Amino acid sequence: MLGKVFSSAGKRLRLWVQVCFTALTNGYAAGFFKGKIYTGSTKAICVPGLNCYSCPGALGSCPIGSLQAVLGSRNYKFSFYILGFLMMVGAVFGRFVCGWLCPFGLVQDLLHKIPFPKKLRKLPGDRWLRWLKVVLLALFVILLPLFVVDIIGQGDPWFCKYVCPSGTLTAGLPLVATNPALQAAVGWLFAWKGLILAVVVLLSIVVYRPFCRYLCPLGVIYGLFNPIAFYRLRVDEEKCTSCGACQRACKLDIPVWRKPNSMECIRCGDCRRACPHGAICSTFSCPSKEKEK
Amino acid sequence: MTPLRRNLPALVVFACGLVFFLIGIARGEADTVLTKAINLCLECIGVG
Repeated sequence: MLGKVFSSAGKRLRLWVQVCFTALTNGYAAGFFKGKIYTGSTKAICVPGLNCYSCPGALGSCPIGSLQAVLGSRNYKFSFYILGFLMMVGAVFGRFVCGWLCPFGLVQDLLHKIPFPKKLRKLPGDRWLRWLKVVLLALFVILLPLFVVDIIGQGDPWFCKYVCPSGTLTAGLPLVATNPALQAAVGWLFAWKGLILAVVVLLSIVVYRPFCRYLCPLGVIYGLFNPIAFYRLRVDEEKCTSCGACQRACKLDIPVWRKPNSMECIRCGDCRRACPHGAICSTFSCPSKEKEK
Repeated sequence: MTPLRRNLPALVVFACGLVFFLIGIARGEADTVLTKAINLCLECIGVG
């Protein structure tokens, strides 16, 4: 009984942190009514999650958008600023950012709460589809903005332009809805991005976080830091019976008892709450004597 | 294993990240980000 109370409280805490952080980093409410974006100096700084800087409420910049902006500019072919930012955030949190601080993660979490007759643990071809986000990072975020340039040496933000459903949802839809000039300018690209958004929204109801699993380049970067970040999960080998309760509770189907610091783990905490032996804990809460798997 | 040694990789990555971040600011990359972010990104919203 008490366990259920704590479990529910833990889930609610994550939801509250997600909502508050999204509201805090998208606090320019007037932008939504005016159909304009915030133009203050805080936008020189990135937020940790995928948060389009053209969202009318955004007070900071999206790291993936900023990375493409710097790589695609004619002045720089490498971004110390964004790479340094990602290394600092990654070294502390890893993919904790995805589970707790990303606005588009929150959107997918809420969509997944919509009842559906047959929810899926994963999509068919899941193992291969997971590589799609690595391809998107290499190609659409780094190589194409860097090498496909116009006559003055500037590249397009390919991921933002052709893929990112977060930009369509949080920037495209509210701005086009409130700005007649933009309404007149929409064409096939808006329709294409709208289609991607619609697919991601529908899939989010059936599968948990399809964008994070298969498409998010930011998740790939933070995932690299999961095994070494200050925030890691630990499995107490003396308590763990390899019963698999953690994997059954994990909506991303990660065998936490074997790979507690998997690059796919978004640190939602469901495995910790589900473990009947209390064998899983984090580096922030564990006694240091426990061995890390 | 001491906590410092256990977290050494994270500490090294964080320190390198901080150095990179400061180099980036000195090179003027933050201004590039700001300029991009305070102007409407037509590509991001699916118009440009």
